[in-house]
Amino acid sequence: MAQNDSEAAAPKSAAAKLFDIRLLIGGLFTLYGVLLTVAGFFTSSSERHKAAGININLWLGIAMLIVGLLFLLWRTLAPLRVEPHPTDEAAR
Amino acid sequence: MLRLDVNAFDYAILIIYFALVVAIGVMARRAVATSEDFLLSGRSLPAWVTGLAFISANLGAIEILGMAANGAQYGLSTVHFYWIGAVPAMIFLGLVMMPFYYGSRVRTVPEFLLRRFNPATHLFNAISFAAAAVLTAGVNLYALALVIHALIGWPTWLSIIISAVFVLIYITLGGLSGAIYNEVLQFFVIVAGLIPLVIIGLKDVGGYGGLKHKIEASGKIHHAFSTWSGTNVGHWTNPLGDWIGIVMGLGFVLSFGYWTTNFAEVQRALSAKDLSAAQRTPLIGAFPKIFIPALTIIPGLVAVAVVGNLNGGGKNDPTYNDAIPLLMQRYLPNGALGVALAGLLAAFMAGMAANVSSFNTVFTYDIWQTYVAKGRRDGYYLQVGRIVTVVGILIGILTAFIASGYSNIMNYIQLLFSYFNAPLFATFIIAMFWKRTTPWAGVSGLAAGTLGAAVMHFAGYHIAYFYPGGVFDPSHAKINAQMLNFYGAITAFVADAVVTVVVSLVTRPKPDNELAGLVWGIPDPNAPDPASVPKPQWWASPKLLGGTGIVFVVVLSVIFV
Repeated sequence: MAQNDSEAAAPKSAAAKLFDIRLLIGGLFTLYGVLLTVAGFFTSSSERHKAAGININLWLGIAMLIVGLLFLLWRTLAPLRVEPHPTDEAAR
Repeated sequence: MLRLDVNAFDYAILIIYFALVVAIGVMARRAVATSEDFLLSGRSLPAWVTGLAFISANLGAIEILGMAANGAQYGLSTVHFYWIGAVPAMIFLGLVMMPFYYGSRVRTVPEFLLRRFNPATHLFNAISFAAAAVLTAGVNLYALALVIHALIGWPTWLSIIISAVFVLIYITLGGLSGAIYNEVLQFFVIVAGLIPLVIIGLKDVGGYGGLKHKIEASGKIHHAFSTWSGTNVGHWTNPLGDWIGIVMGLGFVLSFGYWTTNFAEVQRALSAKDLSAAQRTPLIGAFPKIFIPALTIIPGLVAVAVVGNLNGGGKNDPTYNDAIPLLMQRYLPNGALGVALAGLLAAFMAGMAANVSSFNTVFTYDIWQTYVAKGRRDGYYLQVGRIVTVVGILIGILTAFIASGYSNIMNYIQLLFSYFNAPLFATFIIAMFWKRTTPWAGVSGLAAGTLGAAVMHFAGYHIAYFYPGGVFDPSHAKINAQMLNFYGAITAFVADAVVTVVVSLVTRPKPDNELAGLVWGIPDPNAPDPASVPKPQWWASPKLLGGTGIVFVVVLSVIFV
């Protein structure tokens, strides 16, 4: 338990090694966005009719592509920093 | 008849998604070295991640399909489950209760009860929570298998096993981090899957005005486009009953009980990296919660407008629960269909994973470490946590198979656990703000409240007020079950509060020094100096976030009154 972390045998947390989820969200949405946008160019008129006249693959694709790229951009602009655990340190 | 026309493109989208689900588990494995890494993500996550996981753990597919069904059945009154029945409690958790949970360094909600009360109270809560969590996981698994069977035709047993294996992989390897990261990803995918349904659906029925016109012309829902009409006490006509039930039962007792004491939710906040991030977890989660009704209620209403035989009562007529799958079938071309299906399946798995990942924590820390094998080294508890995760999933699979044979048993079990949940908030709120509350008041209050909920539930069937128009129906079929549920919760709260106070007055309280950090007004002398903790930016201050959330809810409630 947290309070006993100072005991000699206690292993150290590896939480700092956790990867950045923004990479996977950004990657998945970018990939889906490209797939759907491309599919959107080949939308048949019956598919368009089914979706109340909206080329939904194209629009959803573009929107997901933008969201995906924004996540990747956010990750680049503000990379994950390993922060010390201020509350833990003080509690020991 | 609800079979979706899934093609290779949709399958490709699904396969990419499920490959990523497993990859998250494998990649999160590296960050697990201690039991706290496995069960609480090493308390290291940023607030936006825990905040979205907080909302996502609740945004399981049962919730999504159920709220769309409520939208189809009750109309806009369904927003009460969000604006009254969730957001205020989430803000209260963040601003008022989180300092006690996170500040006292407890690892679970039952552990708070152990330190505040006694082992009896602790066990009462730990066991009822663990049992409810693992069975709810099974119910999610079963519901997932039903949907896969209906939509893409796989046999039920195969879907149960395959989905359980996916969940097993990512939470046994990655622990809570695996679960939380998948919840965050699932949040975005389910939103991307639902938005097209709302847009296409609204365009199809001629916009919001057209939807209103069609529903009102059909005459299928009372007060479909208002939220508070017909809630007068004494002669209610609203589908959710009178305002006392909605405000006190749903908005106060049930909502605060669930959001502030359910460990599957609170655990997400406890995994945050510091107190400020923990406080912001439910506050950040509150914002999506304010707007999610647009993604569930509107598809429900569109389904009523465009699907003529919805809830027609015939053997082959679709039910309210089919609203979202029906619209997916009707509107989405291959591609967008794959995304919506991935979101839906992910939401089912998230509903299961959230329950298993809170079950393993409570079982490992509160039952195994506290009563069975104390004082071992940490690696032992990490191992126990992993084994308990596997066992939890196996029980979930077993539950799902039992549910597929006897679905009524599952309803009774769910009902039983709802009795245990109803009084929780009374005990917590009195314990946190009245230091005189004694150890034995905890367990007696909870027991009395649980009993009160059960008694009210059975008595309510014989009270004419809970039937539409106040006309008693001897077959009990027409009873307003939601309203009875709200009043049952009020009964539980009152019974719990009365017994807690009475028992406290006749038994011996804990000395102040044992309550440090657990009760309002008795600060923990070992607490870190607030000045040493980095302050969030002004725009991320918990008070500002909470206040903004309340303003949003009030404004929206006035617009949609």
